[in-house]
Amino acid sequence: MVRTTLKHLALGAALMAAATAHAQKADVIHWWTSGGESAAVKELADAYTKAGGTWVDAAVAGADNARAAAINRIAGGNPPTAAQFNTSKQYHDVIAAGQLNDIDAVAAKEGWDKWLPKPIVDSIKVNGHYYAVPVNIHNPSWFWYSKSALQKAGVAGEPKTMDEFFAALDKLKAAGLVPLAFGGQSWQEWITFYSLLLDVGGKDAYLKFFKDHDVASVNAEPMRRTLAALKKLHGYVDAGSPGRNWNDATAMVISGKAGFQIMGDWAKGEFGAAKQTAGKEFGCFAGFGPSAPYMVAGDVFVFPKTSAKAVIEAQHKLASVFTSPATQVAFNNKKGSIPVRTDIDSSQMDICAQAGVQAMKDPARQIANPDMLMTPDMVGAVQDVITKFWNGNQSVDDAVKALQGAVKG
Amino acid sequence: MAAQLALLPMAITVLGVYIGTVLWSLRISFSSSKIFPTNDFVGLAQYQRLFNTERWIVSLQHLVVFGVLFIAACLVLGFLLAVFLDQRVRGENALRTVFLYPYAMSFVATGLVWQWMLNPALGIQSTVRSLGLPGFEFDWIVSQDKVIYTLVIAAVWQASGLVMAVLLAGLRGIDEALWNAARIDGVPRWRYTLSVVLPQLGPAFGTAFVLLAVGVVKVYDVVVAMTQGGPGNASEVPAKFIMDNLFNRANVGLASAASTVMLLTVLALLLPWWYGRTVQSRREVRG
Repeated sequence: MVRTTLKHLALGAALMAAATAHAQKADVIHWWTSGGESAAVKELADAYTKAGGTWVDAAVAGADNARAAAINRIAGGNPPTAAQFNTSKQYHDVIAAGQLNDIDAVAAKEGWDKWLPKPIVDSIKVNGHYYAVPVNIHNPSWFWYSKSALQKAGVAGEPKTMDEFFAALDKLKAAGLVPLAFGGQSWQEWITFYSLLLDVGGKDAYLKFFKDHDVASVNAEPMRRTLAALKKLHGYVDAGSPGRNWNDATAMVISGKAGFQIMGDWAKGEFGAAKQTAGKEFGCFAGFGPSAPYMVAGDVFVFPKTSAKAVIEAQHKLASVFTSPATQVAFNNKKGSIPVRTDIDSSQMDICAQAGVQAMKDPARQIANPDMLMTPDMVGAVQDVITKFWNGNQSVDDAVKALQGAVKG
Repeated sequence: MAAQLALLPMAITVLGVYIGTVLWSLRISFSSSKIFPTNDFVGLAQYQRLFNTERWIVSLQHLVVFGVLFIAACLVLGFLLAVFLDQRVRGENALRTVFLYPYAMSFVATGLVWQWMLNPALGIQSTVRSLGLPGFEFDWIVSQDKVIYTLVIAAVWQASGLVMAVLLAGLRGIDEALWNAARIDGVPRWRYTLSVVLPQLGPAFGTAFVLLAVGVVKVYDVVVAMTQGGPGNASEVPAKFIMDNLFNRANVGLASAASTVMLLTVLALLLPWWYGRTVQSRREVRG
C-alpha cells in the first residue's frame, strides 16, 4: 500500500516536472538556415533558454517553405508556438481568420506604443491589438559600392543625388567596369523598382502608389519618371545578369568588377565573409542626402491561436525576451539588421548599421516597405508587370497601363 | 475474396487520398480562398481571373513549345541511343549508366550547372571567346525569345536516358530470328530498323510518351533552377504559376483553379492512350 502511494507520488512528481518543463517549451518555425543566420537565431534561442524556457527549433529552409509550413500546421490544427513572417501583410489574412493570439499583455507591459517605430506598429497592430513581435529592421534598398572600382573610374565621392549616381555609372562604364551589379530575378527587379520610386519619384508618389493604390498616380509624372529611370538603369547591367543570384552580384562588387549594387542590408554578410569592412573596401548609403527616407522591413514572429495556458505563457515569454535590449543587440549584430529599438548601444555596430540607427531616430524618415502596404497578391501582380518591363521592349505607356491594372486588383 | 481484401488498403488510399484531394482542390477552386481554404462559393470567378492573367496565358504557350520540342527530341535521341547500345557495343553497362545518370540526379543541382554553362559571362560563350573566337555568341538563356530552348536542351539531356532504357527493353524483346530472315533477303540494317523494329516498339514508345508528357505538364524544377521563369516572364510555366500563387502570393483559390486546368490537360493526354490500350488488349484477347 505504502509502496503504491509512493509510486503514485513519484509519478505525480514526474508529471508535474514534465508539465513545468512543457510550460516553457516553445516550438518555433523560422527560415534562418544559412551560416550567419543560424548564428543569429541561436542568440534568440540562448536568450530564451536563459530566461528558463526550452527552445524547440523548427527551421525550414526558404522563406516561402517556412511560411507554408506554418500555415499548414495552423490549418491542420497542430500550430507551432511561434512562426516567423516578414513585417508585412503576409499574416493579416491569418489574423482575419482569427488564428492568431494577441500579445497585448506584453506590449502594454513593455510599452511598445512608446518606442516601436510607427511603420512597424502599423504592420503588427491590427484593430488595436498587437499580433506579432518584431525582431529586427532590414532596409531592402541600400546602395553598396566598391571603393576601388569607383576610384578606378575616377568617381570622386559618394553620389549625393540621382543625377550624380547616373553620372558615376557613366564613368564606370567608360572605365570598362560593370556599372551596376545586378541579379535579374523578379524579386531583385522589384527591389530596384521600389527603391527608385522612393529615390526618384519621391515619398509622396511612393505612398500614393503603394499605400493608397491610387490608379491615377500611376500615370502622373513621378511614376513615369521612375519607370524611365528604371529603363535607363537597365543600360548599366551586364549581359550575364538575368537569373543571377543576389550574392553573386554582391561578389562582383566585392571583387571590384562592378561599381554599385542596390540590395538589402543582408548583403553585408557577404562583404563580411570576404573580410571586407564597411567604410574601408566598400561603402554604403541608404538613399540620397542626409534626410533621405529610410525604408523599414524586417522579420516578426506571430503566435498561433491556442487556449492552452502553458503555451500562451511561452508565447508571452518569447515576445518579451525577443525585444529586450540585450537580445536585440546580440541578435542584430549577427543578422546584419538593426534593432527595433533605438535605446541601445550602437557603438559595436559597423558604420552602415550606425547610419541606419541614426536614420531610425527621426520618425519623419521612416517609411514602410511595399510588402507592409500591399497584399501578397497585389505585390505579385505588380512584380509580374515590373519584370516584364525590365526585360522586354515595353514602352513606359504600356507599363503604366499594366501597373494600373495590377493595383486595381 | 482474399485477393480483394488484400487490395482494400490500396483501394482506400486511392479513393481517399488521391481522388479525395483532387475533389477537394476542385471545390477550393470555386471558392474565394486566399491564405486559408474557405467554404464560400464564387462560381467560376477564379477561372475567369486565371484566363485574364497574362502570365498564365504566356505560361501555357511556353508549355506547348517546351512540350512538343522536348518530347520529340527525347524520343528521337532516346531511340538512337537505344539502337546504338543494342549493337552489343563494348562497355554497354557503363554507357547505359552514363546515359541514365542525368535522370538520377536532382535538377536543383544540375540546373545550376546548366545555368552557369549557358550564362554568357561565365560559361560556353566566354570560354569560346577566350579561345580566340571573339565573335562567338551563345546567349540564349538571357534572351527573351530563346530562353525556352535552353530549358529544352537541359531537360532533354536529363530525360533522354530514360527513354533509351525503356526503348532498349523493347528492342531486347524483338526476336533475333527476324533480323536473320531479313538479312537473307538482303535488307539493309537501317531499313530493317525502320520498317520492322520501329513498328514493334509501339507500346514502348507509348510508355515513354506518357512518362514524358506527364513530366512536361508538371515541369517546375528545371525552370526554378535555371531561370526562375525569367528573363521577365519568358520562361514561366504553369506549375510555377501554381506554386507561386499557392504559397508566396497567398492565393489558394486561384492556384487550385490553375491546378484543375492542368489536371484536365493531363486527363486529355492520358485518356486517349488509356482507351487505345484497352481496345488493343481486348482485340488481343479475342485474337
